[in-house]
Amino acid sequence: MNTKTPSRLEKILAAGHLAVTSECGPPRGSNGDAITKKAEMIKDYVDAINITDNQTSVTRLCSLASVIHLKLMGLEPVLQMVTRDRNRIALQSDILGAASFGINNILCLSGDHQSFGDNPQGQNVFDIDSIQLIQTVRLMRDEGKFLGGDDIDQPPKMFVGAAANPFADPFEIRVPRLAKKIAAGVEFIQTQCIYNLEKFELWMKQVRDRGLHEKVYILAGVTPFKSAGMAKYMKNRVPGMDVPDEVVKRMSDVPKEKQPEEGINICVESIQRLKEVEGVRGFHVMAIEWEEKVPEIVERSGLYPRPKIE
Amino acid sequence: MIRSITRQKPEEEIDRLLDGLGRVFIIGCGTCTTLTKTGGEPEVRAMKERLSGQGRLVTGDMVLPVACDNLTGEALNEYGQQIDQADALLIMTCAFGVQTIARQLEKMVVPALDTLFIGKENGIGRFDEICTQCGTCILGETGGICPVTSCHKGLVNGPCGGTNNGKCEIDPEKDCAWTLIYNRLKDLGRLDSMRTYQKPRNHQGEPSPGKFILSA
Repeated sequence: MNTKTPSRLEKILAAGHLAVTSECGPPRGSNGDAITKKAEMIKDYVDAINITDNQTSVTRLCSLASVIHLKLMGLEPVLQMVTRDRNRIALQSDILGAASFGINNILCLSGDHQSFGDNPQGQNVFDIDSIQLIQTVRLMRDEGKFLGGDDIDQPPKMFVGAAANPFADPFEIRVPRLAKKIAAGVEFIQTQCIYNLEKFELWMKQVRDRGLHEKVYILAGVTPFKSAGMAKYMKNRVPGMDVPDEVVKRMSDVPKEKQPEEGINICVESIQRLKEVEGVRGFHVMAIEWEEKVPEIVERSGLYPRPKIE
Repeated sequence: MIRSITRQKPEEEIDRLLDGLGRVFIIGCGTCTTLTKTGGEPEVRAMKERLSGQGRLVTGDMVLPVACDNLTGEALNEYGQQIDQADALLIMTCAFGVQTIARQLEKMVVPALDTLFIGKENGIGRFDEICTQCGTCILGETGGICPVTSCHKGLVNGPCGGTNNGKCEIDPEKDCAWTLIYNRLKDLGRLDSMRTYQKPRNHQGEPSPGKFILSA
């Protein structure tokens, strides 16, 4: 696959390396150092860092400003953008704003419904959906056009990503949905956290059967459990999450003080196994408010050092 | 039949809106709010008792047959004197009725209800919103089930990642609209419809406030 953007993440993937990305959640305040501190912990162990966009609909420092903080540190950010809060004018405008700072990666998401967050009475925007956002970025980049049809003076050069959840139901819809995102122009995928490896492998087989793994770079999403409580919470309370009973049991069976270590072990073992799955082109390590553990996970998974590509 | 679905405002809000208005005339509606038990005879009576208990003078009350009808003006005339004596009209109809009445009379109007949606009665005592009247109908591609209305995110290109056992991520009691659409299209042998890319919607199919003039 040839590269189409200045994105370093795209270059690493195109060169055939297993990519490693991670994410940082912005603070609930105006302290930009909170972002740079998190990034500092992980920067040498990942190829790119996602910044979440008001995740779980809780108001935070914006992802656009946060990725600029990272860019100013010389890092490679992935701008997450949800369609929940902004209409098509605001989204296109923010894409140009990000591009003006040399942000070269975007992750197009619909976003959690606002009823989960701190402003459940807020307007439900969803002017466009994630698939339409993918196509919008490609239109802006490849054809140099706004959605309205006008020409863009200096189009944004963005490597376009999206999420995929192999575990939400109906299961049989999930591969066709990926195909639809690919048809809309997505170039890389970061998946939902994988705990049910058998189910993920079945999804990947269907992906390969349709040849989709050759059309998109798939980064397998992993999140280490900090505790058995977190495993239970993810299993029971997070929509679209598939945590098998034996994983919860494995966490519960070790004493509390050993649970963080067990969570990291499970995460590393998952990466080792997923490395063998044809079509998996890298990993997206989401250590939620546990960024300091990313280096250990990456190292123990045999993914360190990271390739040097300029 | 479609109905205007309403819910009574909290008593504190009604009391705040009526603050300083000692004489009140109450109006209900014999159609939708009677069906939803928010503004029929019994509810008007209960409101009258509550307001009287607060020391207000209820100058009269009536239940219009169809509050949003153009004949409402004539029906109100029959109560002219009692209405004239009132400082305000407390209206237990939907907002269509409130506005119809407000246009007829030079009186302060206070709605006692919030108008929630235009809905369909699906079983006794259950009303669902199934159409938001967006002006750009896509039911022909979704097996007759509207995702613009029935999906909480109004997604038109398929389900989000939050479907849980066929239920919506924000309400475990509610079916995921896209699971219903998938099942329907599968039964009809029309799953191809789901592969069709739906362009960004025209949210101004009929710019709000809508207006339609029948051509001659």
